[in-house]
Amino acid sequence: MDAVYDNLDLFWSGFLRSLGICLWGMAGSLVLGTLIAAFRVSPIPALRWFGTAWVTLIRNCPLTVVLFMFAFGLPELGINVSYYLFGVSALVLYTSAFVCEAIRSGINSVQLGQAEAARAIGLTFGQTLGQVILPQALRSSLPPLGSVIIAMFKNSALVGAFGVGGDLWGVGNQLTSAQGYDALPVFTGVAIGYLCITLPAAALLATVERKVAIAR
Amino acid sequence: MTATAQPTSTDDLVVLSGVNKYFGDMHALKDVNLSVKRGEVVVVIGPSGSGKSTLCRTINRLETISDGSITIVGEKLPEEGKGLANLRAEVGMVFQSFNLFAHKTILENVTLGPIKVRKVKKDAAQKRGMELLERVGVAHQAEKYPAQLSGGQQQRVAIARALAMDPKVMLFDEPTSALDPEMIKEVLDVMVDLAKGGMTMVVVTHEMGFARTAGDRVVFMDEGAIVEEATPEEFFTNPQTERAKDFLGKILKH
Repeated sequence: MDAVYDNLDLFWSGFLRSLGICLWGMAGSLVLGTLIAAFRVSPIPALRWFGTAWVTLIRNCPLTVVLFMFAFGLPELGINVSYYLFGVSALVLYTSAFVCEAIRSGINSVQLGQAEAARAIGLTFGQTLGQVILPQALRSSLPPLGSVIIAMFKNSALVGAFGVGGDLWGVGNQLTSAQGYDALPVFTGVAIGYLCITLPAAALLATVERKVAIAR
Repeated sequence: MTATAQPTSTDDLVVLSGVNKYFGDMHALKDVNLSVKRGEVVVVIGPSGSGKSTLCRTINRLETISDGSITIVGEKLPEEGKGLANLRAEVGMVFQSFNLFAHKTILENVTLGPIKVRKVKKDAAQKRGMELLERVGVAHQAEKYPAQLSGGQQQRVAIARALAMDPKVMLFDEPTSALDPEMIKEVLDVMVDLAKGGMTMVVVTHEMGFARTAGDRVVFMDEGAIVEEATPEEFFTNPQTERAKDFLGKILKH
């Protein structure tokens, strides 16, 4: 395991870089996914149509293709930002479709009467969703949402493979192919790095689930 | 007489004219004309599937109508958006299945509308909320969640929640149909008090006792149409139509 001990600082910076991608990806996809879910249940047909098209299109494309389109396709259209931003954007876009569906499954689990009662006291569509439906939807959305987010954390390695550089996957790649370290110890280190992100995330999720379960 | 030409006095709070509603091929409401005067208590009765709940739900547009028009306080019911939300705030609704917000406490249920829709300050809304909960007799449960209350208590909270918006008219869609017999009375008592206090009410119910004591007018529906309209006294002692006689014969002879 010298490969890991010798390069602890490299692993540490890779870990932070990956953590950054994960957290931005999570924040972005939660916001975007919730918005798309709101579109899908909105009273305006055009928004519903847009939401459905979004999910259908993006959920059924491989992430690698989405990443390719961002990293190499968008520059052809004259859009040039850093690979980091391209990578995170692609990850957000891709994950938002899954977040949307997890949240929508939660929305569908809330009794119709709740929305009717909210509308009957004069709440607008946005207030009905924000005050009454989503807080209750969250309870049943959390388990699938957790799976989606953890899958996204792991997908972030693919973003690294697209030349973002400096993330955990990139560190592993650099140590093995450029510096000739053995793959097994290096990628064991990489795996531990990812577990350091995903395991606390899973624990946090379990805690939040317990919390919202009591609140009723 | 066309629907739009029908003159309406300024006293008419709710006016339905020529309302039709289809669920697919099913003609759920057939050319319904109904005006409810300020302070009037209209009790809608009829067999299951006669369209009385649908009628009630069209008044605040929880159910859209296929044609005809509905006005509330002289204003035509808007189709969607902010205008509809504003109008709904003026119309209190009590559901068969209570529909209290499950994730909010009893007090929060009663204050949500005033705070979010009327923009009342939180402490003022809470003070008024507690008064209303006091009035319906559940003030001591204010910090609990809906699931911790009995059905009767939940329905009384639902009435308080509607009252908190200071509605011009209250709709009751079979408010006691999901309750145990013992709890029906506690809810009806609150409703009778409201009626005595001058609240304008449209009540869909199977409680003939309530219709007799608190109703100003009985509307009898069958197969989506209003078949008969009369004072409770007239309706129960001397129904005019065969259908009403048949219905009363079935429910009153036990």
